[in-house]
Amino acid sequence: MRLAILDHGHRLRTKAVLAMIRLVSGHAAVDVVKLAFYRPDFYGGGALTDAAMRGLSAWSVGERELMAAYISAVNDCPFCVAAHTATADLCYRDATAATTLADLRAAPITEPLRATLGLLGKLTREHRIDADDVRAVLATGVTTEQVADALAVGLVFNITDRLANAFDFEVAAPAAMAAGARHLVKRGYR
Amino acid sequence: MADFTELHRALLDRILGGAATAPVVLRRGAFDNAGLEEPIRTLVDKVAYRSDRVTDADVDAVLSGGLSEDQIFEIVVCAAVGQATRQYAGALDALAAAGDGTPR
Repeated sequence: MRLAILDHGHRLRTKAVLAMIRLVSGHAAVDVVKLAFYRPDFYGGGALTDAAMRGLSAWSVGERELMAAYISAVNDCPFCVAAHTATADLCYRDATAATTLADLRAAPITEPLRATLGLLGKLTREHRIDADDVRAVLATGVTTEQVADALAVGLVFNITDRLANAFDFEVAAPAAMAAGARHLVKRGYR
Repeated sequence: MADFTELHRALLDRILGGAATAPVVLRRGAFDNAGLEEPIRTLVDKVAYRSDRVTDADVDAVLSGGLSEDQIFEIVVCAAVGQATRQYAGALDALAAAGDGTPR
């Protein structure tokens, strides 16, 4: 973690919560949890992320976790790639995420999802998309509501990836990342 | 999406208008990635466009320039949210244009 305050600057009550997480899970809280708990009255992005990732949508939780992993790969964010690949794996119960990140064109996913991931990838890589890009996705059968929902995932992970990279989040041991993934599936992001 | 839109607006209000340690002009500059001086400019621009290239030296330079860790936390959050918000707003415009046939 690049700022010491994100490791050790929490209020006393929050430090107790972080200690409890370590006690119950057997792992120290991963860096994204330390960020979420640091001055939530300033950043506090959990509710926004939860709305995008767990709110009502025609996209499944697994599909949105796959979007998060894919966006994070484009942003070269190792922490978020590991976290959301692990979470997508729990949803898909196979290695769809790794296959998709390795080669989107060959991924064993539906064409609407492939096109949507391509759109999110372009937006993340080039910082903009145009109407023709969106029309190409709509032509695969994706609804405008689904595009809007995917763009919401794009917003929250283009924030989170930047924070994870700028603050140099450490990719924790596989067991700790897996525990984090189980938490995200069970309880979401709040 | 109403809930999401409201939560996004609330986030912008918190980081740009709420109580903080960095001056609002600095937070606004980081959000807009504009009007900043070195070494903050380099840190904010990297967060906006190549966050994977942020280094310890980038952060240390801003610390040496007199900002506290809390102020750096705030400007990095503003820079990340600002760039992501610009991308999102542009994408929503493209979605709206795709629906009404506008070539944008």
